[in-house]
Amino acid sequence: MDMSEEVLQQASPGLIPGSGTARAAKPTRLSPSFISWLQAGPMMLVFLAFFLIPLAFVVIVSFWDYNEYQLLPHFSGRGYTDTFEGCLAQLPELCTIGKTYLKTLKLCFLVWAITLFIGFWVAYFLAFHVKSKTWQMGLSLLCTIPFWTSNVIRMIAWIPLLGRNGLVNSGLMKMGLINHPVEWLLFSEFSVVLALVHLFTFFMVVPIFNSMVRIDKSLIEAAYDAGASGFQTLVNVIIPLSKPGIVIGSIFVITIVMGDFITIGVMGGQQIAAAGKIIETRVNALQFPAAAANAVILLVITFLIITMMSRIVDIKKEL
Amino acid sequence: MTEGRPRSFYVLAIFFAAYVLFLYGPMIAIYVLSFQGPQGGLTFPMNGVSTFWIAKLFQGTGIVDLGAAFRRSLLLGVIVMIVTVVLSVAAGMAFRRKFRAQSILFYSAIASLIVPSIITSLGISLEFRIIDDLIKAHWNENFETSMGLLTSGLGAHLTWTLPFGLLIMFAIFNRFDPRLEEAARDLGATPWQTFRHVVLPIILPSVIGIGLFGFTLSWDELARSSQAIGAVNTLPLDLQGLTTTVTNPDIYALGTVISAVSFTVITLALGTIHVLNKRQAAKGSDAGKGLV
Repeated sequence: MDMSEEVLQQASPGLIPGSGTARAAKPTRLSPSFISWLQAGPMMLVFLAFFLIPLAFVVIVSFWDYNEYQLLPHFSGRGYTDTFEGCLAQLPELCTIGKTYLKTLKLCFLVWAITLFIGFWVAYFLAFHVKSKTWQMGLSLLCTIPFWTSNVIRMIAWIPLLGRNGLVNSGLMKMGLINHPVEWLLFSEFSVVLALVHLFTFFMVVPIFNSMVRIDKSLIEAAYDAGASGFQTLVNVIIPLSKPGIVIGSIFVITIVMGDFITIGVMGGQQIAAAGKIIETRVNALQFPAAAANAVILLVITFLIITMMSRIVDIKKEL
Repeated sequence: MTEGRPRSFYVLAIFFAAYVLFLYGPMIAIYVLSFQGPQGGLTFPMNGVSTFWIAKLFQGTGIVDLGAAFRRSLLLGVIVMIVTVVLSVAAGMAFRRKFRAQSILFYSAIASLIVPSIITSLGISLEFRIIDDLIKAHWNENFETSMGLLTSGLGAHLTWTLPFGLLIMFAIFNRFDPRLEEAARDLGATPWQTFRHVVLPIILPSVIGIGLFGFTLSWDELARSSQAIGAVNTLPLDLQGLTTTVTNPDIYALGTVISAVSFTVITLALGTIHVLNKRQAAKGSDAGKGLV
């Protein structure tokens, strides 16, 4: 590895001020840029073959025609017109697709708000109240463990609790609070939101915690010394400095929920329509251009949300 | 901060405990329910305690051929793990100096992480469908499909594991002291020797972490496999299929078995990382000496 001075500086600025000894003892035969290509090339190829080209195909195919059996590779707007069928005629009433996206955004907002609230306070507790590093590690690990197991398993885990004869219903009945089992606990929007929060709060905790542990404790001391109350310190010092973590966590949660079709399928009893479900349904009906058109719409919406959020912080700088 | 524990500590400690209970409660419920008696149903109370449902899984009398799905998931997981480790370490090394296309690779990885999985999955399935059509049209009319576990499926999983691998590598090299490499070079080590005897032993615990991440992400992967895997199913796909039809606790037994594999792999990996770290600490600056 021929590392020039400049590279060392870049890898670890300030570590080797003005060091002139970094030159390799003997010149290597391969040029540094060739080695870089060799090292980064394979990963680039994987992203090219399985991410960038597929993404391009989604956009291209969304403009193709189709019949019941196959893709017809010539230009057509059918994927989009089928999606928005009858929407103009129905105005000002929202059409099915409009309602579905609105529902998706609503679920997304609810999950975002709840995971942000829980994630912020869990991270706050770990970062500021748990003083010993060992305890901090142990408790973070405790939050991480459920993440090690399959999402579907964590979803079906709610069934014995929320079902008609589940623990919650039988508990409430035994306490005499209700006469009949409550139906909306399972296979409802409630259970979808609950499962999504259960699954993805972790994605909020980690980045916020990372931002918080980087906050210089002397800044908080300074705020106290200057007479700030706990609340003022929180609003004026801690929240602004945790912003990068909040934004990164939010991007994770929002993109996951916007594209989700599995949790919404399983926990909604396959009854709740959402953006991701439309794509899945279209694929199952072999209407690939229509599926692709919906994927493009979903992609554009997700991209807009992320662009808005990343205006708040420079994500690359924070990683 | 003031001395002693403020009231907010106790409030947040209770909040944290409630969150942990929320995380674990349901999972523990299904682990317990998978030991339901033969007559037991999907909910509490338990109707006896047995390993009936777990045994039933392994007899292959269930609805799906679990053994085959298990082997497929395992094979895919191991290959994804190896590829993720090799490509992430290589790309991580590349990112330590400037090279053209650096930001293209970085943004591809980030985009791959945040573009909704169903879109990536759909794209891969479209790509392979078009490849299939081309092969049928130009070479072989009877060609079935190029989609499969180790083609489209492997690719789909890698788009999920590689971004994590790369980000972990960034974290490692952020706190890596390049003076160690400098010293090795001054002593006349070749670039490969420097990597093999200096860099690799130091980063090894984190590299094992990447492998472990790769395996479990693949083992539990569902959304990206859903459209892109072809005709066969992985274990999570079978499990998802069961959620709509099953009325017996064997679904919980399956969940418990899948979780058990995840936990075993992670525990083994964490144990190895711990041993390696201890060894590094014990050997002080002679990092890697014990591994040569």
